[in-house]
Amino acid sequence: MTKVLVVDDSNSIRDMVSFTLKSAGYNTVEAKDGQDGLTKAQGGGFDLVISDVNMPIMDGIELCQELRKLPSFKFTPILMLTTESSGDMKQRGKSAGATGWLVKPFNPEKLLATIKRVVR
Amino acid sequence: MSIDLSQFIPSFLEESFEGLELMESSLLDLNQDSDSETINSVFRAAHSIKGGAGTFGFNDVTEFTHHVETLLDEMRDGRRTIEPDDVEILLDSVDCMRLMIEAVRDDVTCEDEKIAKTSILLQKTLGSHDDDASTDEQPQNTAKNNEATTSNSCWQITFIPQHHLVQTGNDPLLLFNALADLGQLSVVAKVDGLPALTDMDAEELYLTWQLELKSGCSEDDIKEVFEWVEDECELIIEQQMQELDDSPVIESEEVANPSPIDINPSLPEKSLEVELAASKPSEKTASKAKPDVGSIRVGVDKVDSLINLVGELVITQSMLSELGNDFDMSKTERLVSGLEQLLQNTKELQESVMRIRMLPISFAFNRFPRLVHDLSKKTGKEMELIIKGEQTELDKTVMEQIGDPLVHLVRNAADHGIESAEVRIAAGKPAKGTITLDAYHQGGNIVIEICDDGAGINRDIILAKATEKGLVDAKAVLTDSQVYDLLFEAGFSTAAEITDISGRGVGMDVVKRNIQSLGGRIQVESVQGKGSTFKVNLPLTLAILDGQLVKVGTETYIIPLIAIVESLQAKSDLINRVSGDMVLYRLREDNVPVLPIYQLFDLTAECKEVDNALLVVVEADGQKVGLMVDDLLAQQQVVIKSLADNYQQVDGISGATILGDGSVAMILDIPGMIALAMKIGKENTASIIQESVGENA
Repeated sequence: MTKVLVVDDSNSIRDMVSFTLKSAGYNTVEAKDGQDGLTKAQGGGFDLVISDVNMPIMDGIELCQELRKLPSFKFTPILMLTTESSGDMKQRGKSAGATGWLVKPFNPEKLLATIKRVVR
Repeated sequence: MSIDLSQFIPSFLEESFEGLELMESSLLDLNQDSDSETINSVFRAAHSIKGGAGTFGFNDVTEFTHHVETLLDEMRDGRRTIEPDDVEILLDSVDCMRLMIEAVRDDVTCEDEKIAKTSILLQKTLGSHDDDASTDEQPQNTAKNNEATTSNSCWQITFIPQHHLVQTGNDPLLLFNALADLGQLSVVAKVDGLPALTDMDAEELYLTWQLELKSGCSEDDIKEVFEWVEDECELIIEQQMQELDDSPVIESEEVANPSPIDINPSLPEKSLEVELAASKPSEKTASKAKPDVGSIRVGVDKVDSLINLVGELVITQSMLSELGNDFDMSKTERLVSGLEQLLQNTKELQESVMRIRMLPISFAFNRFPRLVHDLSKKTGKEMELIIKGEQTELDKTVMEQIGDPLVHLVRNAADHGIESAEVRIAAGKPAKGTITLDAYHQGGNIVIEICDDGAGINRDIILAKATEKGLVDAKAVLTDSQVYDLLFEAGFSTAAEITDISGRGVGMDVVKRNIQSLGGRIQVESVQGKGSTFKVNLPLTLAILDGQLVKVGTETYIIPLIAIVESLQAKSDLINRVSGDMVLYRLREDNVPVLPIYQLFDLTAECKEVDNALLVVVEADGQKVGLMVDDLLAQQQVVIKSLADNYQQVDGISGATILGDGSVAMILDIPGMIALAMKIGKENTASIIQESVGENA
């Protein structure tokens, strides 16, 4: 089963993303900030990472950079969940190794459609 | 397939309120010298609220919060300096957001003047600054609006990815799949770029592609597919106008209305829909029925420890029931050890459950920085708030009910305690007044102190006022603490001193009553010119009480352990009969009136003489009395059952409990008993108590 790492400091957003993914048959692991996400990522076996950008302790950009250093995350798609769709933000995400981004407000249908673009 | 997210609204609301509190407290700390984390945390909170509100379609919240966020963003990246006025607007905005989110919670429309005003002010502030505020808007939608180009055309797309494209998790095949959703796609891979086998890196991408897409889509639609890789590839999109016979109409419709949710056909979509449909009604009723049911967020570790303990309880239970199946005296030892284990399990379980209800008192304290900030503005007095011990844990119910009394006490401290800067400087104190909130555990209780370094309580003024109001006899000699207690008398507050701040209908008498109804007490200490301290003593929980069991005649009573000062056997040479049947007992420097419980409750007791009788010295409202009992039994925790719910309120009794043997025991209400004793003894008792206290002073 497709395993997704969901990283967001907001409980409700994390719950919703996770719920949406589970509804569509994905398996999810949740983390409450970048640091937590990195710890949970160590186990490996993830097919996708969906991460918020603005988070305490470690933000999504740094998480992305750190994940790309792990062998098991070299090719794993990483989507940034963000309201900041400005060019600057995208640039920062891309140079950190992000695959793409999802623009909030969170919409379950859009999320699933987007995932289809990065997960076989 | 549509996914109903309404079940997440309550958790969004809860989180938003937490976010608002965080915003408020951080904003109060915010100034030009603040570190970036302060403004960042405010920004993050606003950001989360905006995101969640957008998801659920709470548009007014989204829109308002967007402006707040923009302002914060400008402050965050240094485009705007942090001015006190702006922070003030942000604080007002937090209030507005709270109003709006409360309206969402209560399912009412929110029309508050303040919101409109603040919104205008916000936009003005944003406008006044040379801004690029709208960078945050969602340009994503624009791509989809080009529905005009519906004529079918053939697109030639040359896609030359950089070698490292796959290392950002992008997959050309999936991009092509997305293109195929737009129309008819043919793909030709070119291998010209392939290096010699020896130079080939398995993790790099060497292929390029030539794609032909027959579709009615716009160039923007195609670009959107490649949006994530546009910087990592060379992309040439050319349009060849031509009529296509074989292009089905459905496809163009699909493009015009791009919400295709047809995920992985292999997924069990059907069963999923059933599941969703089944869970829907309950979600709806759950979210609508009672929004204020109240919830506690509990750490998983606490729940795990509970489950663990229940597991052990089950093991003990099965052991005991097995033992009971064919019990004989040879197994007594095992029975005893089993019962001991049961006792242990129950105790741990109880502690664990109680811990779930415990929250750090910061939940009650966190509104005070804002309150003091506002009070400081309103009164024009400089003051700061120091909060200590905010991690001290307290029962949730107690916490909820202690909030308002605390607010009143802090208001009082700010209004009546702290002096104006001139007066303070003249008195040799720093211009800025300090109010300290402190919480700590003491015995089985929590103590909350509200302390100010203001003028202190003027004994003479209070006495004069109380005399004028007829609350005390002009000739009475009162101790300081008795004088301070007058503050809590109903009707003490006079019209002359009611201000906008502290005179909001609730008097100190209500504060005291609220605290007492929680089983707590309040004391005042004050030093003229140095300040006052209000000390609130509260039980950790309302459900269980540590009690001393005592016997009077055939009855068993429970005295709350918190009220007991000490227990002793009366020595005849320390007994002092002053007048009437009132007896005083000399306890070191105090003279303690003796109250025989058997007299109060009209019982037949074994022990009617004070000589050699057992006295339990208790204290309430700064008044000590010795309760005369026949015997001291065990100390144990008892579960409080309300007498009013099950029978009726009885003077001197605060509740009842059921003891191990199944009998009912009354829990003594110590302040009530003292009042009762006063009433019964009326003249002599009251005057003697008065006298005795007078002597103590």
